[in-house]
Amino acid sequence: MPSRILNGLWKLTWVEAKIFAREPMGLVGTLFMPVVVFVLLGRAFAPAKLVGPPHPPGASASALEGLPFNLAILSALVIAINAAQSLIAIMSIYREGGILKRLRATPLSPVTILGAHVVLKLAFTTISLTLLVLAGRRLFPGVIQVNVLSFGAAVLLGTLSILSLGFVLASLVPTPRFAQLIGAAAFYPMLALSGLFFPFDRLPLAFRTIAFVLPTTHAVALLQGVWDSSGWMAHWVNAAMLLALFGAYSALSTKVFRWE
Amino acid sequence: MPTPVVRVDNIRKVYGRTVAVSDVSFEVQQGEIFGLIGPNGAGKTTTMECVEGLRSPDGGAIAVFGLDPVRDVYRLQDRIGVQLQEAQLQKRIKVWEAIDLWASLYSRPVDGTRLLEQLGLVEKRNAWFMTLSGGQKQRLFIALALINDPELVFLDELTTGLDPQARRAIWDLVRGIRQRGKTVFMTTHLMEEAERLCDRVAILEHGRLIEVGTPEELVRKHCPERSVVFTSDDADIAARLRAMPAVLEATSEGAMHTIRGQGDDFVTDVINAVAREGIRVRGFRTEIPTLEDVFLKLTGHRVRD
Repeated sequence: MPSRILNGLWKLTWVEAKIFAREPMGLVGTLFMPVVVFVLLGRAFAPAKLVGPPHPPGASASALEGLPFNLAILSALVIAINAAQSLIAIMSIYREGGILKRLRATPLSPVTILGAHVVLKLAFTTISLTLLVLAGRRLFPGVIQVNVLSFGAAVLLGTLSILSLGFVLASLVPTPRFAQLIGAAAFYPMLALSGLFFPFDRLPLAFRTIAFVLPTTHAVALLQGVWDSSGWMAHWVNAAMLLALFGAYSALSTKVFRWE
Repeated sequence: MPTPVVRVDNIRKVYGRTVAVSDVSFEVQQGEIFGLIGPNGAGKTTTMECVEGLRSPDGGAIAVFGLDPVRDVYRLQDRIGVQLQEAQLQKRIKVWEAIDLWASLYSRPVDGTRLLEQLGLVEKRNAWFMTLSGGQKQRLFIALALINDPELVFLDELTTGLDPQARRAIWDLVRGIRQRGKTVFMTTHLMEEAERLCDRVAILEHGRLIEVGTPEELVRKHCPERSVVFTSDDADIAARLRAMPAVLEATSEGAMHTIRGQGDDFVTDVINAVAREGIRVRGFRTEIPTLEDVFLKLTGHRVRD
C-alpha cells in the first residue's frame, strides 16, 4: 500500500525531526557550526574583504582571495560531512539501543526507516546552507555571486551521495563510542583528497584512483564548477558519478547494514 | 482439535558454529498463555524471533495462523503484536508520539488514548521515553504490541529487571490480554512468572526442547514428592509418622520435623495421621515442588536469575 508507506515515511521523519530538535547540542552543532566556522575563517583570512569595495559584477568570483581554497565550498562540504557524521552516530545509538530492531518489527519497510533520516539530513542541510548564504551575503557583500539554487542543488546531491557512504560506514561502527572516531577517520582524509586544497592532478595516481570513488571529490568538482559558472553541463560526469556512487553505496549498505 | 495458532516443526537455527536452536517443535493454541522457559542463552529469544518472522530458521517449518512468518510477513503484521527483549525507543520520543506513529502503520488501530488509559500511562503521554521507569517502558511496549488489536501477542522477557511490584502489575496486564480472547506467546527465565502466568510451558535448555505441558502436569510428573514440616516438641513425631504408607523419609532436627512423601493425597494423609495420633504441633507448613524443581530435576542445575 503506497499511501501507507508514504504516510509512515512522513510520520517517522516528522517524529525524528522533533526528537532531533529536542537535543539542543546536536541541533546547534548541525545548523550553526558550519556557519560559525565559515564566518570565523573568513574574518581571519580575508579581513580586507569585509571593508573593501564589492566585487565588480561579472569578475571572477573565486571568493575570499585571502584564502588558498574556496571557503564557501569547504563550508558546504563541512555541512554535508556533519550530516553524515550525525547519521553514523544516530545509527549506532539506535542499533545499540535496539531501536532499529524495534522499528524493523513494524510494517515500516527498512528503506523507510533509513530514508526518514536521509530526508531529515537533507532538510537540515538545506537550512544550514541557507544560513550560510545569508551570513555570506551579509559579511562578504558582493563576493557571493554564485547561482544559489544551482549551488544548493549541487550541495544536496553531494550530501545524498555522502550520506549513502555514511550508511556503509555505520555498519562498521561497533558501538556509539566509535561513531565520531570512525566518521572523522573516514571523512577528513576524503576531504584532503577531494581536490579542494591541492589540485586533483597533482595527487599521486593511487590517491587519484581512490579519490575517484569518493563522493567528496565529485562534490568538490561539481561545486567548483557551479561556483565558476561553468555549470552543470561542464561537470555532468561529476554529477553522474555522485548519482552512481549513491546507487553503489546504497546497494552495498543493503548488504552490509546491521540492524542489531 | 482446533488448528493451533502457532505450529513449530523441528526448527533449527545456527550462528556460525553455535547451534542456537535444534529440533524444536511445539504448538500454541488459541486463547492460551504459552511460555517458553529456560535460562538465558537457552534459545528462547531465537525461537520466538523465528516465529515472529524476524529471523529465518535454517531448517524446519513454522506456521502462524497457517502462514509462513517470513514469506507472508505483510499478511501477518496486522494479526500479531510484538514486544522485543531489551528494546528501546528513541530517548526523546514522547509516549503519545510513539503510540501515534505505531497506530499510523496499521490498517485498523485501536484508540491510542484508551490503550494508554488501560495501561495506566495517560498522565505520562507527554513524557519522553528516557524519563519513564522500567515498568512504564514495558507498559508502553505492551501498548505498542496491542495497538493493532492483534490476535497473537509476543512478549519476550517482559518483566526482566523490574521490581516485584511492577512485575505483578505486568502479570495482571498479561492476564487481561488473555481475557480479551487473545493468544499470548511469551518467554521468561523466571520460573515463578511462568508458574503464575502460563497455561502451558515448554522448557528449553541448550537450544533443545526438553518438556512441554501445564505447570501442574510437569510438577506432578517429574516432582511428585512433597514435604510437610512441623515444629513440635514431640521428639518421636518422625518415628510415629514414618509408618504411614506414602512416607518416603522422616527426619528430625531439634524441634523441626520433616516428613517427605509423594502423591496428591499425601498432605491430607499426614494431617489425618497427626490428628489421629494426637500430636501437638506449634507450626505446620508444606513444601510443594515448583517448576524450578522440575527444571533442576530435568537439567541437573538451577535456572540462574
